[in-house]
Amino acid sequence: MFKNFFHSKGFGLVAGIFIILFILPLFAPRFYVYILALIYVTSLLAMSLNMVVGHGGLFQFHHGVFYGVGAYAVALMLTKTSLPMWVGFIVGPVVAAITGLIIGWFCVRLTRLYFGMLQISLGSLIWAIVFRWYSFTGGDDGIHGIPMPSLISSLNSSYYFILIILVVCLILMYMILKSPFGSTLQAIRDNSQRCEAVGINVRRYQLGGIVVATFFAGVAGVLFVALERSVFAEMLFWVLSLEIFIMCLLGGWFTFAGPILGAAITVALRTFVGKYTEYWTLILGIMLILVIFFLPEGVMGFFQGLFKPGMKEVAERGK
Amino acid sequence: MLQVEGVIKSFDDFMAVDGANLTVGKGEIVAVIGPNGAGKTTLFNLITGALKRDRGRIVFKGEDISELPPYEICKKGITRSYQIVNIFPRLTVFGNVQVAVLSHQRRSSNLFQPAQNIAVKETRSILESVGLLDKEKGIAGSLSHGDQKILEIAIALGNEPELLILDEPTAGMSPEETQAAIELIKRLAQMRGLTILFCEHDMDIVFSIAQSIMVMRHGQTIIQGSLKEVRSNKEVQEAYLGGE
Repeated sequence: MFKNFFHSKGFGLVAGIFIILFILPLFAPRFYVYILALIYVTSLLAMSLNMVVGHGGLFQFHHGVFYGVGAYAVALMLTKTSLPMWVGFIVGPVVAAITGLIIGWFCVRLTRLYFGMLQISLGSLIWAIVFRWYSFTGGDDGIHGIPMPSLISSLNSSYYFILIILVVCLILMYMILKSPFGSTLQAIRDNSQRCEAVGINVRRYQLGGIVVATFFAGVAGVLFVALERSVFAEMLFWVLSLEIFIMCLLGGWFTFAGPILGAAITVALRTFVGKYTEYWTLILGIMLILVIFFLPEGVMGFFQGLFKPGMKEVAERGK
Repeated sequence: MLQVEGVIKSFDDFMAVDGANLTVGKGEIVAVIGPNGAGKTTLFNLITGALKRDRGRIVFKGEDISELPPYEICKKGITRSYQIVNIFPRLTVFGNVQVAVLSHQRRSSNLFQPAQNIAVKETRSILESVGLLDKEKGIAGSLSHGDQKILEIAIALGNEPELLILDEPTAGMSPEETQAAIELIKRLAQMRGLTILFCEHDMDIVFSIAQSIMVMRHGQTIIQGSLKEVRSNKEVQEAYLGGE
């Protein structure tokens, strides 16, 4: 798959963008480096959600929980145990994936909205535990001043760490999406009834998709800790889950990189408009309404549609 | 190969299938006919596991399959096409058939190999045999209705079924498309040694393809027999053929 990609124009563009992002911290102000790193973390989170929402067709309404669980897992490992620090970085995503497996096991028994409702309930349960269990999780104070390995202790080095992990995760996600598992997942999104009829155990594949997606959400949680050195209970609150969902819608949930665009728009709005007014979500809301009306495939989806005429027709027939 | 014995299915108070009996021998082409609402599609849904029967037995190759979920029944060797187009609209034509081929080869859970290099030969050969190879890169949802109906059959072939069930394969097709589809079904049955069970409204099609016909009315089997037997049956003439 990569053979063609390396020779395509797309590869040159992507490689160019990453080279610029790599040399940026050398001259950009600290604040912008921080915002960019935050966008990377949020992008990874939105991309992980989109694996099950856009490509898997599941109503994963409370994805933020797995982001929070990953972050809390690494934070607790680093503050409460004396194990080598890197162990915590691996434990975070694994714990997130196990949580995803347990919650998903119940949820895949239901479909569509019922799936989403059950997930919100089970996810809120975990949020409530984290929010209330002061002696263990710090409750609504969260955990602050988490020690980091010296290799990534400065802002610039954590920026590079986050960027490298993001690139690795994007490559892995791309491979998974283009694999037989990925195309089966997309087929289930398009038509789960037909999938059953061609011999696919739909629930098992949906659960598999959830485990993969929650693993990457856990990675995003770990990266958040690497950047902020704190965790808050708000990471598991449903408001954040909704925000990630909006990022996928905004960027284009049937595209691969759409959620990155959605995450960048949302974080930028919050940072630059949020500076002037706390009602920055008003602008986000208006943007979302416009996108839903005029670009139902999302911003990225719209531009892709210009090059793939067939897709546009499918979208219009679907309306 | 397939025996349906006294199968009953009701939705609340409505008896959709009320005592259906059907025998399909290996290599046979069997048609199910009956007026609208006779229970043909429900019967197919019961055989493929999309619905669970209330009473009766469905036996495939000597094994009772009436309690199995659809994906298990598919693995036993029964696949189907649908009356109303039921494809993967956002995938390419190639991708539509490949999903079934991957599932058949038990390779769907492969996470890291690029799918575009897997099961290509098998998928292409199916597309070629139904005449959709030149459209393999197109998005399935943007095909014409006739081509989508053909793609329906192609997906069902991906699992290399022994018994292929076709639910009104020519519904909504133009006369030319219908003619081509009939030729295709005949050719596939011969080439692949398929056993075919289908239902169809057009009597000309039924009589030109089927070797055995089962007639349903009000969810019940009136008769199953050869074309001649069915034609000469009084009850059938009254219920169905005479009415047209």
